[in-house]
This record gives sequence, structure tokens and C-alpha cells, in this order.
Amino acid sequence: MGLSAMTAWTGRVRPTQAQGPPRDIQAVVKTLVGDTTPVEGRISLDLPEIAENGNTVPYTVRVESPMTSSDYVKAVHLLAPANPLPQISSFFFTPHSGKATVSSRMRLAQTQEVLVFAETSDGTLYTARRSVKVTVGGCGG
Amino acid sequence: MSVKPRIRLPENARVGEVIEIKTLIAHPMETGTRRNNDASLVPRFLVHTFEVKFAGREVFRASLHTGTAANPFISFFMKVSGPGEFEFTWIEDGGNKTTERHNLKVT
Repeated sequence: MGLSAMTAWTGRVRPTQAQGPPRDIQAVVKTLVGDTTPVEGRISLDLPEIAENGNTVPYTVRVESPMTSSDYVKAVHLLAPANPLPQISSFFFTPHSGKATVSSRMRLAQTQEVLVFAETSDGTLYTARRSVKVTVGGCGG
Repeated sequence: MSVKPRIRLPENARVGEVIEIKTLIAHPMETGTRRNNDASLVPRFLVHTFEVKFAGREVFRASLHTGTAANPFISFFMKVSGPGEFEFTWIEDGGNKTTERHNLKVT
């Protein structure tokens, strides 16, 4: 068996990851950012690949932007779709922010893909996602 | 929110410099989904808003939700426009506010 076939095989039998019930994350996204279609890019989301304690998972979001009064990042939203409640935080910047970079700590109830959205002053919506494997879930649910 | 929040920023800054500001406030950030031993829900109790003004002008704001860890730590940046005073405000469920002020020396 070739290596690629092996990968495909292990991929197929791997048990389904605990993602929880599929929730209507789109509705939450819509209330936050409206109907704008997001594009990928400009955002880097730093998160550990494996979070041993889901109660406190450090993260940094950086959005590329000149941060001038005519071109700046207005808002950044973070979502954990598999948490009991998906919203993590929203951050609102101004041209005086200098950099659209923010660090904080999130709770993750289980292994999942964290979503981030960034709204710019010209109305563009950027998005990025990152998987985090959670060993011990947070949220005390 | 009886414990004084911790704020770290540079002692001095130059005009035009982008400085990092680190803040932390002690708070349980109860989600409202956690249960007591008798199966009753622990009521939601969050710091839901964090606002930062410099020289009377808003520079940064955060809305915190249940997915933010207890004792919220937030680090962000500001481009220094000149000397001034920072005003940091945390607002929790129930409306209590904690406000801290810090002068920034500009060289």
C-alpha cells in the first residue's frame, strides 16, 4: 500500500471528531456583519494547535491594514461554533489604534475550528479559520 | 470587581509611536450555562464591555461574550498623537463600571 493510499485509509476510518450538533452559525455571523460575502486573506489568527485547557486558550489576531483615517479595520469578531454559545469577542478599532492587532484568551468547549471576521472601513469583510484540538474542554458546561 | 485591574503601558512614548497596552481584570465571566451541584443554572455574569479613551477620544473597544476566558486579559495598540490621559472602563452585567485612568508621558 502506498503512502497516499495509507493516508486516505486512516483518514477514512478516523472516528468522527466531537464537533457537537451543527449549529446555525450563519445566523450569528449575519447579525454581526450583515449579508456581506467574506473573502479570505489579510488576517492571521495565532492559536495553539493543541489546547490542553479549554478554559483559557491564548490568541492573537492581526489584520494587515495601513490604519489611516481613509483605510482602517473597523471591527474583528471571533466565533467558536461548537461552544454552547458561539460568540467569543468583538473588537472595535479606530484610525488611532495604529495596528489592528489584539490578544486575549478564549474558552473552547471542544475541538473545533475558530472563525474570525474583520470588517474594514471600505466595507470589505475578510475571514480566516483555524482548527484547535482541545484536550480538556472549557465552559464548565 | 473589587480588585484593581492591572494595566501595563510604556512609561514614555514618542509622538507617532505605536504602543502596546496590556490590561487584565479579575472577573469570573460566568457564562450562564454552567450548573450548580443542585442542577440549577449559575446566572450569567460577564464583563460585557471594555472601552478605552485617550485624551477624551475613543481608541479601542471590546465586546466580550461567553467565549472569553475568566479574568479577561486584553492587549491592544495605540498610535500616540501627543500627551494625554487614558481612561479604561470595564462594564459588567448589572451595570457596574470600573474605571482606571493613566497618564501617558510623551517625549
